[in-house]
Amino acid sequence: MLFKLAWRNLWRNRSRTLITMASVFFAVLLAIFTMSLQKGVWDNLTKNVVSFYSGYVQIHLNGYWNEQILDNSFAFTDSLNQAILQQPHITAATPRLESFALASGGQITKGSMVAGIDPEKEHIVTALKNKLTRGSFLQLNDQTVLLAEGLAKKLQLDVHDTVVLLGQGYHGSTAAGKYSIKGLVKFASPEINETMVYLPLPEAQNLYSAPNMLTSVVISLDNPQNLNAVVGNLKKALGSRYEIMPWQEMMPEIEQLIKTKEGSAQIILAVLYLLVSFGIFGTLLMMTAERRYEFGMLMAIGMKRRRLAGVVFIESMLVTITGCMAAVLAGIPLVNYLHQHPIRFTGQMAKVYEDFGFEPVLPAMFSMEVILTQTAIVSFIALLLALYPLLHVYRLNETEAMKR
Amino acid sequence: MDTVIDAHNISKVYNPDTIPVHAVNNVHLHVERGEFTALVGPSGSGKTTLLNILGGLDHPTSGNVVINGTDITHLGSNKLIDFRLHNIGFVFQSFNLIPVLTARENVEFIMLLQNVPKKERDQRVVALLNEVGLSDKMDVRPAQLSGGQQQRVAVARALASKPQFILADEPTANLDSASAFNLLDIMAKLNREENMTFIFSTHDQRVIERARRVITLVDGSIASDTAQTKTD
Repeated sequence: MLFKLAWRNLWRNRSRTLITMASVFFAVLLAIFTMSLQKGVWDNLTKNVVSFYSGYVQIHLNGYWNEQILDNSFAFTDSLNQAILQQPHITAATPRLESFALASGGQITKGSMVAGIDPEKEHIVTALKNKLTRGSFLQLNDQTVLLAEGLAKKLQLDVHDTVVLLGQGYHGSTAAGKYSIKGLVKFASPEINETMVYLPLPEAQNLYSAPNMLTSVVISLDNPQNLNAVVGNLKKALGSRYEIMPWQEMMPEIEQLIKTKEGSAQIILAVLYLLVSFGIFGTLLMMTAERRYEFGMLMAIGMKRRRLAGVVFIESMLVTITGCMAAVLAGIPLVNYLHQHPIRFTGQMAKVYEDFGFEPVLPAMFSMEVILTQTAIVSFIALLLALYPLLHVYRLNETEAMKR
Repeated sequence: MDTVIDAHNISKVYNPDTIPVHAVNNVHLHVERGEFTALVGPSGSGKTTLLNILGGLDHPTSGNVVINGTDITHLGSNKLIDFRLHNIGFVFQSFNLIPVLTARENVEFIMLLQNVPKKERDQRVVALLNEVGLSDKMDVRPAQLSGGQQQRVAVARALASKPQFILADEPTANLDSASAFNLLDIMAKLNREENMTFIFSTHDQRVIERARRVITLVDGSIASDTAQTKTD
């Protein structure tokens, strides 16, 4: 009967109930939408940044990151390759041999970063082929190079010109080679655009006298959310001879930037929660004032405060649960749609994004964790606010309440 | 005779520290089981305050009220609620039925609060609504009932808890003559046949004429307390 009473009470003032439900509904929907969009944007930013060059995870010989020299390279064996690829959530692993060299074109010389790569595997991880602006892409058995556009411009070189590379090879040997430029690639990051030289891996190992040696293996994931699990698994599988570095350790400044932005996003969300709280509290305040006489009368005829509070609480629960469920049902297709069809920038904003090498989109992250967390937070706020009418019931003087 | 209410020297003073208003002054009242008593007096004479004190809805400033052997004067709020539930039936001027419940559910509600078993509740609801002549309106909500019918449901609800007595504050004030007479007939019948004690405040001369005892309050004090032989 108490449940029946609570349910019927809800529909006694249909408008008030619908307004309260709508407050909860829009609060949850807005929180889900905001958080999914924010998480999607950070995820996309990370994806863009790691796909410049670093990848999500890199494997090096222990100590390489602090002293990036060829003597800290390691042999890439089939068993190592298998051990990496056997781990769950890893979709690709691309080997690299990286070192510095002086790049020279005619009279001009400039320091450069030489990366020996497996062109096809590299494309999977960093979409290198898409960055090609002139010429053609490398093949694994080529003896040619890809030059970053900025570097080519500094050296005044173009496709089919020759670039000379001079550096120090493995164990102090001299590394010197001259290569035809097969293509030019463009990077949004000026730092990368003015330094990169790509060689096929066998040719780089030949140049640096480091046969079958690598400085890093770059890992690609099925889902960035599995990053920590993959790092943990690789550490267990490969042991202490190797250092397993997630992108946050390789680019702490990007992680810091995201954390700062997330902090400000949390403030915006807190303001949203506050506005929502006032909305819900307003309707509860109105409801409590309207029903003061009724509460007094029920206590006068013998309804204990505990039972009356129970009915009021059931009413609040029903409103909150209905509002939340409706919001989740509306939120799932909305977020999924924005995940599949991200909001696309146009005009100047799109150009700014494209100039940075980013896709001009605002994607939403579709995650049940985000949806359920936001639902739980707003439900908790609503139920916390529902304590007000309960408190009112516990403090009510029935005789005073029944004075019109 | 069996004493239901024994009120000793009760006074109620509002705003005692500023401008004191003496709503009830040194009232002694003794009510026996089976009385059909009217509390009369002009507006502001203290009828409602006295009824509230007798019904455990308000505390007297001084004096004490003993109901069926229990001194309720110093009972805490929660104990008073429980005491009212099991000992006192209320009929209000504006009916005060629960609008979202049917006549049957309104009457059953009190027994539900008393944790009466379902079977017993069902039987008693039917009996009570029959008694007040509303067996054909059991599943109708208050808004679809006339004022007189609503007040009859309120009487059935007041009886549902098997109280020691029923307090009715101006029960006929919102009713037309026919409904008022009908309600009084029902109350008188319950008083006569079931020995139910009724105490009601009223301005209505027709109601006063039906009472067997008339207590007149003036300025919070009992001005007269007379027995009437002519009843229903």
